Amino acid sequence: MIVNETLVSYSVIAVYSAMAIYTLAFIMFTLDLSRRSASVAAPVAALQPVGARAGVVSDGAGDTLVLDSADAAASTAQPPAPRYLRAAMALTMIGWVIHLGAALFRGLAAGRVPWANMFEFSLTATAIVVGVFLLVQLWNDLRFLGAFVLGFALLALGIGTTNFYVDVVPLPPALQSGWLVIHVFVASLGTGFFAIGAALSVVQLLQARRVAGGVSRLRFLDTLPAAEVLENLAYRVIVVGFVFWSFTLIAGAVWAERAWGRYWGWDTKEVWTFIIWTIFAGYIHARATRGWRGSRSAWLAIIGFSAVVFNFTIVNLFFKGLHAYSGL
Amino acid sequence: MVGIVQPPLGPLGYLRYFWRQLTSMRTALLLLLLLALAAVPGSLVPQVSSDPNGVIQYRAANPTIAPVLDFFQVFTTYSSVWFSAIYLLLFVSLIGCVIPRTRFHLDALRARPPKTPARLDRLPGFMTRRVDGDATAAVTAARAVLKSRGYRTALYPGADGAPDSVSAERGYLRETGNLVFHVALIGVLITVGVGGGLGYTGQRVVVEGFAFSNSLASYDSFNPGRFFSDSFLSPFSIAVDSFAPTYEEANRRALGQAIDYTLKVTTTERDAVPVPAVIKVNSPLSLGGAEVYLLGNGYAPVLTVRDATGHAVFSQPTAFLPQDANLTSLGVVKVPDGLDKQIAMRGFLYPSAVTLTSGALASNYPDLINPTLTLEVYSGDLGLDNGVGTNAYALNTDNLTQIAGRKAATPTIKLTPGQKIDLPDGLGSVELASIPRFVSLQVHSDPAQGWVLLFAILALSGLITSLFVPRRRVWVRVSASGGALDIEYAGLARGDDPGLDAAVLDIADRHSQRLGLKL
Repeated sequence: MIVNETLVSYSVIAVYSAMAIYTLAFIMFTLDLSRRSASVAAPVAALQPVGARAGVVSDGAGDTLVLDSADAAASTAQPPAPRYLRAAMALTMIGWVIHLGAALFRGLAAGRVPWANMFEFSLTATAIVVGVFLLVQLWNDLRFLGAFVLGFALLALGIGTTNFYVDVVPLPPALQSGWLVIHVFVASLGTGFFAIGAALSVVQLLQARRVAGGVSRLRFLDTLPAAEVLENLAYRVIVVGFVFWSFTLIAGAVWAERAWGRYWGWDTKEVWTFIIWTIFAGYIHARATRGWRGSRSAWLAIIGFSAVVFNFTIVNLFFKGLHAYSGL
Repeated sequence: MVGIVQPPLGPLGYLRYFWRQLTSMRTALLLLLLLALAAVPGSLVPQVSSDPNGVIQYRAANPTIAPVLDFFQVFTTYSSVWFSAIYLLLFVSLIGCVIPRTRFHLDALRARPPKTPARLDRLPGFMTRRVDGDATAAVTAARAVLKSRGYRTALYPGADGAPDSVSAERGYLRETGNLVFHVALIGVLITVGVGGGLGYTGQRVVVEGFAFSNSLASYDSFNPGRFFSDSFLSPFSIAVDSFAPTYEEANRRALGQAIDYTLKVTTTERDAVPVPAVIKVNSPLSLGGAEVYLLGNGYAPVLTVRDATGHAVFSQPTAFLPQDANLTSLGVVKVPDGLDKQIAMRGFLYPSAVTLTSGALASNYPDLINPTLTLEVYSGDLGLDNGVGTNAYALNTDNLTQIAGRKAATPTIKLTPGQKIDLPDGLGSVELASIPRFVSLQVHSDPAQGWVLLFAILALSGLITSLFVPRRRVWVRVSASGGALDIEYAGLARGDDPGLDAAVLDIADRHSQRLGLKL
């Protein structure tokens, strides 16, 4: 097999370019969150005197409550249009097209699907996560998750390119199967939906805390949907992920029967795929269980997604098993 | 204040109480999470089933923890008492949940949609439209629209006794899917158990040019199911004709990486004509109700040992176990009979030998480009005659004397194919006759695995149906007032249903269209 090194270098250039654009998009998404904070903070500050903050002096005889001067000044200015958000989305889309190009060049260079080792899987799975993020916007406006999703994608790409990078090498006989295309791709799709679900669940927890009087500094939460709405959105995204994950489990068993001589052998990766499936099965049941709706089920979604990340990183690198295809 | 006095529970009462607890959703949820947690230790500690050598190494490395882990059956987590207890309880809980739900669902399937509620305006998607026309016709039209949209319908009378409303329900498939999913999971559990009990797995190392038959005695290792009997082994034999690996030659970054393994065999079933076949990784051979897999390969050098008179006392291939990607292989050859002393040889095979700067040999390519075999020779009592089984791949040198090697007067014997070298002490000679390859084959039979797959697919289809088919009720009520008709529409979701409002609106639009109302 002769590897087309030009295509490999195109892929590398593309992935770094995508990361640079994602970084800009990430900054824009973060600025948008702070803009939301500002636009919420202004009217709040104007209407209510706030104690125990900058500019508040306690003279001992009785608390003197004064308006926060900075907020008072901000209230006179118009809140800026959501141009940060639109810029962030535009950048995300441009970055995503380049990101897809990186995966495509890698696949063309190798003459196979670009997800046969950990580097390639990081590359393609993050493209799918960002792709799912873009796709769900057609269904519901979840742009406020941009900072979370792009932060995650950047982190994964950063680790993937610096720690997991391997040269293009041919597929070992065990991976030469149509199931590589199906099993791994559907697992990545499931990961994409679980990631969005976990992001929604994090915001849901923050919202629930804010309502309970906990987090007061994250004022952008006022502009986001209520905890129950987020919970419903998270549920709908996660059940899609769960269906993909179930398929991954079955397809993996069918492939294992062909390649390893048994359909299920409690290999470490099989164990963790099963654990993740069970956690999300628990998540779905939690919605029908009194006392488990709300924050508890949100925690399950977050734990489930953490297990997905754990399964891909720690299990691949440090656990002994048959899924030894990291290429590292 | 009067406290609540619990009625005393008899034994039957307690049983019923525990059954209620076990079959509650909360218990099912806790058991699910417990199952996830219980599966973790088995991924941290090597398992007898998937990694027996790992267990041996782990025991040697952790002599203090190992007995504790043994006590808790952690080396066999997935067949341990506690893991089994959790999933069996979970399935009992599941059955206890599914049976009443099935009964309830069967009743619901036969029942009419429920009576139209008095106040529709409190329900989701509520809307009204005012049209001209005949009330009975409007009710009939509403029923037709709902029927065409897949609803089951029933007419209910208003205050005057004439039907004034349609009650409709759809999405019974949601609950059907849910029940199919859960029943199919029980099916998976049972078929996995049956398949494991009736199946078997055997492993056998076969050298090119040799054959083996599917019988208990011919396997190197054999794991029968609980209900296995010898008669399950269908009589066939497999002769290994040739094994041809292909190694990467062009891509400089992956030189020597295996890219293909092709095993050519000749199979013979009882009284049948021998048939040639090919086995590859990802492409096992179906034979006599079992599958034959190619799991591993390596070299099996043929050594010929002759006594001082030149008479061959040992001449056979010995499988050497690969130690690295370039197939540097380690093997042990024991020659208990025929020489003046019992001897054992521990050898390294380097398929493409190169000499490192340190003077040590190494292999830099997995194919036989410059094969070299080194042998350290030991003499003494090999311990083969005391009836205790020994590991064919290991050599305990505690009671042996090295007669050729780094610690002996005679240096390590180094052989290339066809070369013959004398053994020390005038014992005789050793010759590397040839270097054929061996393959490690697995024969696996699981008569129920097709059923497992069927139930798994059923479970997946049930899951998809139960998650994405919306179950909803829609009501349409027609009331005449002031020479026109007021039509009310409303819906009710049963389970997660984001599309309810849109569905009610769609029904209203279709109904209006049918009544000839311009939208």
